[in-house]
Amino acid sequence: MGRITLDKVRKSFGAIEVIPPLDLTIEDGEFVVFVGPSGCGKSTLLRLIAGLEDVSGGEIRIDGKDATDVPPAKRGLAMVFQSYALYPHMSVRKNIAFPLRMAGMDKAEQDRRVDDAARVLNLTDYLDRRPGQLSGGQRQRVAIGRAIVREPAAFLFDEPLSNLDAALRVGMRLEISELHERLKTTMIYVTHDQVEAMTMADKIVVLNAGRIEQVGSPLELYRQPRNLFVAGFIGSPKMNLITGPEAEKRGAHTIGIRPEHIKVSDDDTCIWRGTVGVSEHLGSDTFFHIHMPSRDEPLTVRAGGDVDLYHGDHICLTPDEAHMHRFDEKGNRIE
Amino acid sequence: MATKASRAAARLMISPAVLLLLGWMIVPLSMTVYFSFLRYNLLMPGDNPFVGWENYKWFVTDPSFSAAMVNTLLLVGGVLLITVIGGILFALLLDQPMWGQGVIRIMVIAPFFVMPTVSGLVWKNMFMNPVNGIFGHLAQAIGMQPIDFFSQIPLLSIIGIVSWQWLPFATLILLTALQSLDQEQLEAAEMDGAGWLSRFWFIMLPHLARAITVVILIQTIFLLSIFAEILVTTNGGPGTATTNLTYLIYVSSLLQYDVGMGSAGGVIAIILANIVAIFLMRMIGKNLDA
Ligand SMILES: Nc1ncnc2c1ncn2[C@@H]1O[C@H](COP(=O)(O)OP(=O)(O)O)[C@@H](O)[C@H]1O
Ligand SMILES: [Mg+2]
Repeated sequence: MGRITLDKVRKSFGAIEVIPPLDLTIEDGEFVVFVGPSGCGKSTLLRLIAGLEDVSGGEIRIDGKDATDVPPAKRGLAMVFQSYALYPHMSVRKNIAFPLRMAGMDKAEQDRRVDDAARVLNLTDYLDRRPGQLSGGQRQRVAIGRAIVREPAAFLFDEPLSNLDAALRVGMRLEISELHERLKTTMIYVTHDQVEAMTMADKIVVLNAGRIEQVGSPLELYRQPRNLFVAGFIGSPKMNLITGPEAEKRGAHTIGIRPEHIKVSDDDTCIWRGTVGVSEHLGSDTFFHIHMPSRDEPLTVRAGGDVDLYHGDHICLTPDEAHMHRFDEKGNRIE
Repeated sequence: MATKASRAAARLMISPAVLLLLGWMIVPLSMTVYFSFLRYNLLMPGDNPFVGWENYKWFVTDPSFSAAMVNTLLLVGGVLLITVIGGILFALLLDQPMWGQGVIRIMVIAPFFVMPTVSGLVWKNMFMNPVNGIFGHLAQAIGMQPIDFFSQIPLLSIIGIVSWQWLPFATLILLTALQSLDQEQLEAAEMDGAGWLSRFWFIMLPHLARAITVVILIQTIFLLSIFAEILVTTNGGPGTATTNLTYLIYVSSLLQYDVGMGSAGGVIAIILANIVAIFLMRMIGKNLDA
């Protein structure tokens, strides 16, 4: 079981309020991702849940029981740190067994659980090594192993993949998702990378300066961003935001259109015109940066991989009106 | 230092320093070895005949020699024990966030800057003197017989004074080591259910192992040659109760004017120090690599 409820939880460091009162419920078995720019308070929020920081106000409930003043070890949560935080002088086996040893579990049961975890995580051959002799991905797996042997009510991950290279990151992302499929345990995962958030989450919590901007499934956030911040943050490349006459024409202060919802053509039936700037060829897709006379910033447009356009070409753009997002002066979505 | 050329250049550039140090060491060393084979007593002028191992024989069979050996070991061992354990405790204390931390840290370091003779005299006259010392007054205030430190527990008193001087050094090294410990490791251990003692034992102490090794190695080198504190407090007495090897050499060569004997003692001390050094390196030096 792992249902976590935050009720008006607040956190200040001295006079600085990092997290204004915040309500959030995380259901049992959910994979929740906290996403937001660096310094927005994701780690702080996670550490409040873990009990590594004291709340300045409000209440944290785990499975209905008030856990606000319960010490971290007693909350039944396991955490995987960004730096892995492995114990450098212990072997991998000892590292993974550490929480069991602290719980006073008998040796045979410890060994059984460590061996099970090692098998799941492909660490069996490395059990006698020290963390210093492992690669980044292996260290990450040891840290995860140390978390799963405890059979916690929920896992907390703080940017676990940010120290890995891109290829490994994709691999570990899948492994963590698979782990969640198998264990069905609540997982709270913090990242500043919206791709990780989109690919892994059942539910995304978008944070900005300690406030929750929107909570929802990845597709909800993609399809109906509640405000400009979420619209700009979710989706890669970013949504194009347009103000001025084009927006007013559609009854909004700002309109947003994603790169994938703009059609490129060279006929004359188009709505917007522009000149091709930088283009990024990914093979499957090409992203064009289109300069338009009415805008300072280029418009990003996605086209197929085999569209042949060159720097300086004049082209014609047709936005898909059905996928246009409209926002008012305050940046809130207009339905 | 990767290429052959850079290695050769490096050797060339450090060679003046190496030669200078070698000369610095070799000249007095060979003179000491040379004197140690002569009958060379300043009270008996005249020629200084070569007497072979005689000086060594007399030095080693002198009953004060074995006493001095035991005292040296007790002094070094005792001070190491107190400073390492005390240093760890102080480091843990100073690592806590508290009011006036900066000032307290400077005050803890202060004894290290007091000259050995001065601290020896301060302790002797202001603290341990049974009549005028603070400890004497305290004992009297609670109705106890004051302890005459330097006649009742002379070696322990010296160990106390020297420990007081070296505690700051140990504290400083161990504190910096403690501060370099990754806080996330401690937090991970906390989440893993480790209480404070377990965190200390399983996380902090192993992390401090290397710093403790450094403290032990450096202090041993200096503690083997403790001299000033003994000279100004007990003069090696009562009897030979606080005579260590250094002090015995001083007694031979400068109180008995027997340069030959003193030199023989010096050579023995050098050999012993090297044995200790090799022993220490072997035993704990492996903490330093890895
Ligand atoms: N121990 C602390 N003392 C003071 N300020 C802190 C402390 N920890 C974090 N902060 C501040 O809180 C804000 C949020 O930090 P953090 O939760 O680490 O952000 P994120 O993980 O989203 O990048 C930052 O502005 C940071 O400077
Ligand atoms: Mg963070």
